[in-house]
Amino acid sequence: MARASGSASPPSGSASAETRPSRRRRLGDLLFPWFTGGLALAVMAGLALLVILLVERSELALTAFGPGFLVGATWNPNARPPLYGAAPFVDGTLVTAGIGILIGVPVSLGVAMFMSELAPPWLRDPMASLIEMLAAVPSVIYGLWGFFVLVPVMRTSVEPGLEAHWGWTGLFTGEIFGLDKLTAGIILAIMVIPTISAVSREAMVAVPTSQREAALSLGATHWETTRVGVLPFARSGIVAAIILGLGRAIGETMAVTMTIGNNNHLSTSLLRQGNTIASWIATDFLSAATSPLEQSALLELGLILLAITVAVNVVAVLLLGRFFRLEESRE
Amino acid sequence: MRQPRRLRRRLMNYLVTALCILCVAAALIPLGSILYSTIDRGLPAINVDLLTTSGAPSVICPPGTSCLSGGINNAIIGTGILVGLAALVAFPVGVLTGVYLAEYGNNRLGRSVRFFVNVMSGIPSIVVGIVVFSLMLYLSEANIIQSSYIYSVVPGSFALGLIMVPLVARTTDEALRLVPTATREAALCLGIPRYRTILRVVLPTGGAGVLTGALLATARAAGETAPLLITDLGNTFGFQGLNHPVAALPLVIYYYGTSGIPRYETIAWASAFILIVAMLAISLASRITLARALARAQGR
Repeated sequence: MARASGSASPPSGSASAETRPSRRRRLGDLLFPWFTGGLALAVMAGLALLVILLVERSELALTAFGPGFLVGATWNPNARPPLYGAAPFVDGTLVTAGIGILIGVPVSLGVAMFMSELAPPWLRDPMASLIEMLAAVPSVIYGLWGFFVLVPVMRTSVEPGLEAHWGWTGLFTGEIFGLDKLTAGIILAIMVIPTISAVSREAMVAVPTSQREAALSLGATHWETTRVGVLPFARSGIVAAIILGLGRAIGETMAVTMTIGNNNHLSTSLLRQGNTIASWIATDFLSAATSPLEQSALLELGLILLAITVAVNVVAVLLLGRFFRLEESRE
Repeated sequence: MRQPRRLRRRLMNYLVTALCILCVAAALIPLGSILYSTIDRGLPAINVDLLTTSGAPSVICPPGTSCLSGGINNAIIGTGILVGLAALVAFPVGVLTGVYLAEYGNNRLGRSVRFFVNVMSGIPSIVVGIVVFSLMLYLSEANIIQSSYIYSVVPGSFALGLIMVPLVARTTDEALRLVPTATREAALCLGIPRYRTILRVVLPTGGAGVLTGALLATARAAGETAPLLITDLGNTFGFQGLNHPVAALPLVIYYYGTSGIPRYETIAWASAFILIVAMLAISLASRITLARALARAQGR
């Protein structure tokens, strides 16, 4: 390594100024952060560019239907002029994701609480691995399983009972096929469990042990310790976990496409067939290829889905970031 | 007065524990059922013929005619090509982005990239497919590419790559931040430049974590269906070139599984079995790699 000649070196006295880095070293240390940072930036810029392209591609539908697209109840390429509205799909997305969250959240919280507070220590890691396996199963296999295993069960055992007892609510009426919004919602509930329970568990584990010890030393039971010592502190992390799960449920495509029954009519009954934004894009994509307006309307649906999921994920990521910073500062 | 109250509290404790165990059971029953039905329906259908031939089976098969039983060789190879090409681009980009985040990312750009990566990994895969499709339309209309590329291997791999990048970047970031600062300082003290420290000391030390992330991202991409429905469409023939659609296992599962024809459905289950075995093998392998590396690091 070359000795510093002294003339051009920055403030002398500090040890690093004594030696001048070799040219190669200086160049490498200069270029490497710029290169990796530039790459990261390029990924971001590239994606922004892709989104702009998507907006441009949906312009035809955006100008043709305006904001009324969101509430338009029909999707009819054969009408004169053709009419495209997103309401049935927005409805299907909200309803199925709602069912998924309604069923998935309590189960996930039970799983998370068990894994972080109640299970004996030797069981916690294997449990977490099993739940992770649930997340590793591809969604098309959930769809296949739903189509062949869950749908018959729903048709023969679950839905007739629901119709008989709760049919008066208007939520469970109509001919029973098994392929419907309720089944799709239940598949979504199963699919959000790994996300919500893993993130909530992390939030609960992050709560300082002193919280638990304080409650236990006052004679609290395990459940009371969890209720007063853990849950209140993990709350915003758990909320973030639920929002993350919601984002997954809204965007899930294959499992829903294979179990929701593919129908574009609005209906209040959960036993009716339907479509979500994602399932309709997957279903209609090829037949829309011949009509520029329909294709553009479909891409606008994709844009709406992108906007919703980005918004949901931004909220979740911000909440999670704040939660873990707070926990770190607490320790 | 005091005794019943204590009893009630203990009962409540047991009740909640029981409820939690019930939740765990409710979460694991679908997993068990999925594994069981893929093994039960998929495994018996797997034979050399299915794995080595390509093409759709005959729908109707009158006696006396030759009957095609169908094969998924093309789908296995297709998935390999799609995922392989995606990984070729996504690994370096993802790992280097992760390196930047972990080593230089403690600034405004780093924080916004990390935020962006986190949000990006939550974008639905079908939207990724749609976005890539609109790019292909644009490029084709601008005469930059031939129109045959619109539905082909190229956008399919690109979409899978876009799904992998944030996953790889995130796990790389996490893995490298676990590398103790003392390790970096030791290398820097020897006069090794910072970029070489990162490439030769930090990356190998956190290598197991990086590898795990890459493997899991690969597994995730191999199972993706929705973006391929938009960008690649699938094919019943073998690989015909980068500007043609190619078959893929998830597409076989979707198309054949919902066809209503028994032999097709059997092949869908067989494909599901292969996919799930591959997935679990990858997941298990990465877990073992990580556990070994952690044990070694602690032993030191």
